Amino acid sequence: MASQGGQDPRLAKIASSIRVIPDFPKPGIMFQDITTLLLNPEAFKDTIDLFVERYREQNISVVAGVEARGFIFGPPIALAIGAKFVPMRKPNKLPGEVISEEYSLEYGTDTMEMHVGAVQPGDRALIVDDLIATGGTLCAAIKLIERVGAEVVECACAIELPELKGRDRLGDKPLFVLVSSDI
Amino acid sequence: MFAAENGLKGDPRLQAISRAIRVVPDFPKPGIMFQDITTLLLDHKAFKDTVDIFVDRYRDMDVSVVAGVEARGFMFGPAIALAIGAKFVPLRKPRKLPGEVIAESYVLEYGTDCLEMHVGAVEPGERAIVIDDLVATGGTLSAAIKLLERVGAEVVECACVIGLPEVKDCCRIKGKPLYILVEPRLSDECC
Repeated sequence: MASQGGQDPRLAKIASSIRVIPDFPKPGIMFQDITTLLLNPEAFKDTIDLFVERYREQNISVVAGVEARGFIFGPPIALAIGAKFVPMRKPNKLPGEVISEEYSLEYGTDTMEMHVGAVQPGDRALIVDDLIATGGTLCAAIKLIERVGAEVVECACAIELPELKGRDRLGDKPLFVLVSSDI
Repeated sequence: MFAAENGLKGDPRLQAISRAIRVVPDFPKPGIMFQDITTLLLDHKAFKDTVDIFVDRYRDMDVSVVAGVEARGFMFGPAIALAIGAKFVPLRKPRKLPGEVIAESYVLEYGTDCLEMHVGAVEPGERAIVIDDLVATGGTLSAAIKLLERVGAEVVECACVIGLPEVKDCCRIKGKPLYILVEPRLSDECC
């Protein structure tokens, strides 16, 4: 969570601007829809500000964003803290030479790719996505960054679904989230 | 219109932006010189300049909606929206948006594709810009314009980092002005 006890007043507005859509993409899933947050300029700005305030003094040289909703939050953070933005994409989207990491889905696997040369050894990286559920996607992203010799400083998400224990799956990598949802 | 011909002639930022874009030959298929903006995103100053040029243009134009086309439009649109105090509206491939959507199909070289927008994201009378990384035939932007107009919004302009020479002459998509920062380069050897 962004803070304990004395909660930052911006968090309530952020939490309330996220829309929950039942049974998407399939029955039983309560989908956390951040598009309504993006429709509220103040809440969207507050979201970015909360991340920027946390990371601006931490010498972050790379913000890696996971396709596609990580592309919405990552670049504004990167621009504000003076870091490179690196997109982590589904297969066959990046045009240059890539490295790939496979990860598990509920049924089957998927693959995440990053451009060779985008991240250098010694880079200090932040990985950004809109939400952490099981942590599978973020784990793949962490592996890609570490494979090229860079350091993952933290993973940052707007929303966490704590019941799915994604935080544990990240191992020793810290996780920072703004809003926690029990549904 | 190209930025260099419209108030930004000789602006050194444009040359740096152009140079920061990598050309990848034969992607996604032989003969295509793919304009890769991921290298622009690695150049903090050039990326910031790209966003600043669009922000400077739109901040006083009463734009309340920045609509970004999935996925590379997502990399530029939100920063512009935040700076000008507008909503960001993602225009997505089918079945990605979870709520009720309206859809518009458009023609590809082979076959068709479809762009979706959430119902209720944009209200009648809103002034919108559409942003994507590159405009080639204008098919995607046309579909985006149609979606916005169907809900009663006014598309003020379409904005792209890169515009193929075809659009330089026509300059408009469905009657809407087009604002482009740079032309594609043919290879990485020359500047």
